[in-house]
Amino acid sequence: MKQFISFVKKEFLHILRDTKTLLILLGMPIALIMIFGFALTTEVKNSKFAVLDFSKDAATEEIINELNASRYFDLVAALHTYQDIEAIFHKGKAKMIIVFPPSFKSDLQHFNTAPVQIIADASDPNVATTLTGYATTIIMDYQKRVTHDRKLPHTINTQVRMLYNPQMKGTYSFVPGVISMILMLVCTMMTAITVVREKETGTMEVLLVSPVQPIKVILAKAVPYLLISIVNIISILLLSVFVLDVPIRGSLILLLSESILFTITCLSFGLLISTLTDSQQMAMFISLTGLFLPTLMLSGFLFPIENMPMVLQVVSNIVPARWYYQIVRAVMIKGLPLITVWKETFILTGMTVFLLMASLKNFKTRLA
Amino acid sequence: MTAVAVNNLSKVYATKKETIDAVQHVSFDVARGELFGIIGPDGAGKTSLFRMLTTLLLPDGGSATVDGSDIVKDYEAIRQKVGYMPGRFSLYQDLTVEENLNFFATIFNTTVGANYDIIKDIYVQIEPFKKRRAGKLSGGMKQKLALSCALIHRPVVLFLDEPTTGVDAVSRKEFWEMLKRLKQQGITILVSTPYMDEAALCDRVALMQKGKILSAGTPASIINAFNNTILAVKSEKMFQLLRDLKAWQGTEDSYSFGEYHHAVMKKEFSEEQLQNYLVEKGHPDVEIKPTQPNIEDCFMQLMQS
Repeated sequence: MKQFISFVKKEFLHILRDTKTLLILLGMPIALIMIFGFALTTEVKNSKFAVLDFSKDAATEEIINELNASRYFDLVAALHTYQDIEAIFHKGKAKMIIVFPPSFKSDLQHFNTAPVQIIADASDPNVATTLTGYATTIIMDYQKRVTHDRKLPHTINTQVRMLYNPQMKGTYSFVPGVISMILMLVCTMMTAITVVREKETGTMEVLLVSPVQPIKVILAKAVPYLLISIVNIISILLLSVFVLDVPIRGSLILLLSESILFTITCLSFGLLISTLTDSQQMAMFISLTGLFLPTLMLSGFLFPIENMPMVLQVVSNIVPARWYYQIVRAVMIKGLPLITVWKETFILTGMTVFLLMASLKNFKTRLA
Repeated sequence: MTAVAVNNLSKVYATKKETIDAVQHVSFDVARGELFGIIGPDGAGKTSLFRMLTTLLLPDGGSATVDGSDIVKDYEAIRQKVGYMPGRFSLYQDLTVEENLNFFATIFNTTVGANYDIIKDIYVQIEPFKKRRAGKLSGGMKQKLALSCALIHRPVVLFLDEPTTGVDAVSRKEFWEMLKRLKQQGITILVSTPYMDEAALCDRVALMQKGKILSAGTPASIINAFNNTILAVKSEKMFQLLRDLKAWQGTEDSYSFGEYHHAVMKKEFSEEQLQNYLVEKGHPDVEIKPTQPNIEDCFMQLMQS
């Protein structure tokens, strides 16, 4: 036990004396959360739009005002001719244009129908789709208000409720994703590197010719990174709740325990990598390509797993982050209890045990 | 009682392209309390031999015991009682002198205080720098710290792999004096070195070349086994002189040795014949003097045969 404590102390000294790396380890999660929370958002806010209003009556004015008042749109120009449309798109001043035909309101009142044209700049198809969707919704809302006392024949009203994330905030899915990314980086890569460093500098040679059991060497390496990861998880959660307004709906204890479980999975992965490689570059390369990229691509954080080809869906099953991501979403965003995520928890536990056993078995008691 | 017994030990490194016989059927014994030197150039197999004896590598043939424990079967027992200092400085560069020493004491289940007497002589020299990080020490001080760390658990056998390589002449001398004092404390020491002049400082040496032991014994017995005359030869034109010496039928071998060339004479030729030959070859100023063979001469001769 004294040996183990002494080992852990040594590992802490290594980390604390490398202030730059420590700063990166602790600062990276904060930076990533900020970047994902504010800069890299898929939401469309304050998009510039213009109107070409040939009618200029009370109805068109009201619709335009409503669009302008929503947080998705900003009115930048009122156009007068069709030629202006092409021109304003060319200058890139607007992303969408609403065209009202002449006598819009009277048509609506007398013929019960009136067309509105929405022209969007589809050079970015995702933005265009989102914008036309928003605009259509706002116009439909207006229509409902106009017609609300009158009984229309045969109408189907779709009532959509966005449960758990009514405002469709992107941060809700980024926070769990960033947590799994950070844990992968800190735990897997750093642990792998620190064990391999001992091999590179030759200190492993001296440690091997000593009575220390391999398991102590390995576990002592993991302890400081486990602690750093817990600090990181807490700082990410604090930022999410207080800066990004992402709620923690489920049990905080459950969320933390699941996170620690995933941390241990990552640590075991790092230890396994360290037993398989002899150079820091190789350890870094494997951690990045073998783990970080799959985590990013196949965990469901950036791309929905359901949309992937069958092969990738199967592969995604062995990516630990996939299961953790599901757990965090369930617990944090939906507020579900352990009983609903027992399967994911069980899989993660199994992976951890397997990885730990494999790395212990692989740890060489000799040099070659 | 033997501290280290090596019997027919072999190590082969097989790569896709070639197999390298790093150590080939090496046998020797080291008595308890002996200072035993493995002398040989780079690539002779010294490090492979040491790594096998310290249980870091498995041998491909033969067997060996260290303090009575088998290097394969009882490797855990050996790791309790040997001290090992690898050729490369292998301590934690970002830990201080004191932290390194304490760490190694703890992993060997002891404390610096308990075994301070054994390292005292060495450690007092680096104690003024105990708060300094190991990476910032000079080469000689690093050696002293590494030696202290290898000694802190009072090992029965101490393995030093090229401890003086890359260390200045003064520190080398000091280092050998430290080894002598350790020997007096009853520690068996195996030391490898590429420097021939250090052989004379060992109780017994084994000369190693290309994985084989050429000769083993006390430095004096190895030198005594050398029964040719060696003449130190010097002239104005040293380069030409060496070529002439090598071309002459009367020399078994000749090689440069400091400011002289050494000519190993065949028994039936005399110094006078050499003098005549060299003058004839255009070295009127040639200076010839008999000299005592040393380990390097023995090594050169053993490599020839």
